[in-house]
Amino acid sequence: MQIGLIHYLTVAAVLFGLGLLTVMTRKNAVGILLGVELILNAAALNFIAFEHFVVGDVSGQVFAVFIIVLAASEAAIALAIVLMVFRNVRSIMADRLTALKG
Amino acid sequence: MPSLDALVFFMLAGLALGSAGVVAFSKNIIHSALALLGTFMGVAGMYVTLSADFLAATQVLVYVGGTLTLILFAVMLTARIEQMKISNPHQGLLVGIGLVAVALLVLGKVAATTAWPINERPSNPSTAKLGHAFLGEFLLPFEIGSVVLLAAMIGSVVLARRAVRREWEKE
Repeated sequence: MQIGLIHYLTVAAVLFGLGLLTVMTRKNAVGILLGVELILNAAALNFIAFEHFVVGDVSGQVFAVFIIVLAASEAAIALAIVLMVFRNVRSIMADRLTALKG
Repeated sequence: MPSLDALVFFMLAGLALGSAGVVAFSKNIIHSALALLGTFMGVAGMYVTLSADFLAATQVLVYVGGTLTLILFAVMLTARIEQMKISNPHQGLLVGIGLVAVALLVLGKVAATTAWPINERPSNPSTAKLGHAFLGEFLLPFEIGSVVLLAAMIGSVVLARRAVRREWEKE
């Protein structure tokens, strides 16, 4: 059995679907962040798969490196925001955060 | 009997997708955060099979060593983990599954019906080519990326520190 592009696309699509489900159904803000990480990984996997099977350059890997960089900075910023929210509201459940100014 | 690369691929896919399932469905936020480790490792293994060896090492170093540690910090500083109650509740799971199924149907249709111009090539190490690309064609995005990292670092420090009231702020 030959492993081709469609197998990698399937794995990335399922990974994306699970991440989307996590983002949509979680109430914990950190849980939502975990779902975003899953989605970013699925996108990076797609970039690498297309680069290997279709394009044949290193541009897909360049994109994936930038995805990793942005995911790291996003996690750092999200950690700071979650800490601030927890300090002010004493909860990070997303449905408790209803005030825009408090 | 499947070939060796097919066997490796299915093991990696099982690791990644099984851990992602735990991330999506676990009731405990700590279990979700730790299961993300398996997903990252599985995806890193797939990078190796796709001849992106440098990226696999970067994935393990940055995601597992940096991002996952940050997320675990966020979990332990915010969730009251000494109470073993449900720390990661769900809401609207059925609606979510329905919407995701629709999205996956669209994605699967696009992926299956498009005629991708596939040309098979052998798996070669690509780290040298990636380095030349970063210091040649993609030099400006590379530098902008480092500025973004610096800005994110300063921003998170400013956001997360305890506010100190200075003299001129006291009324």
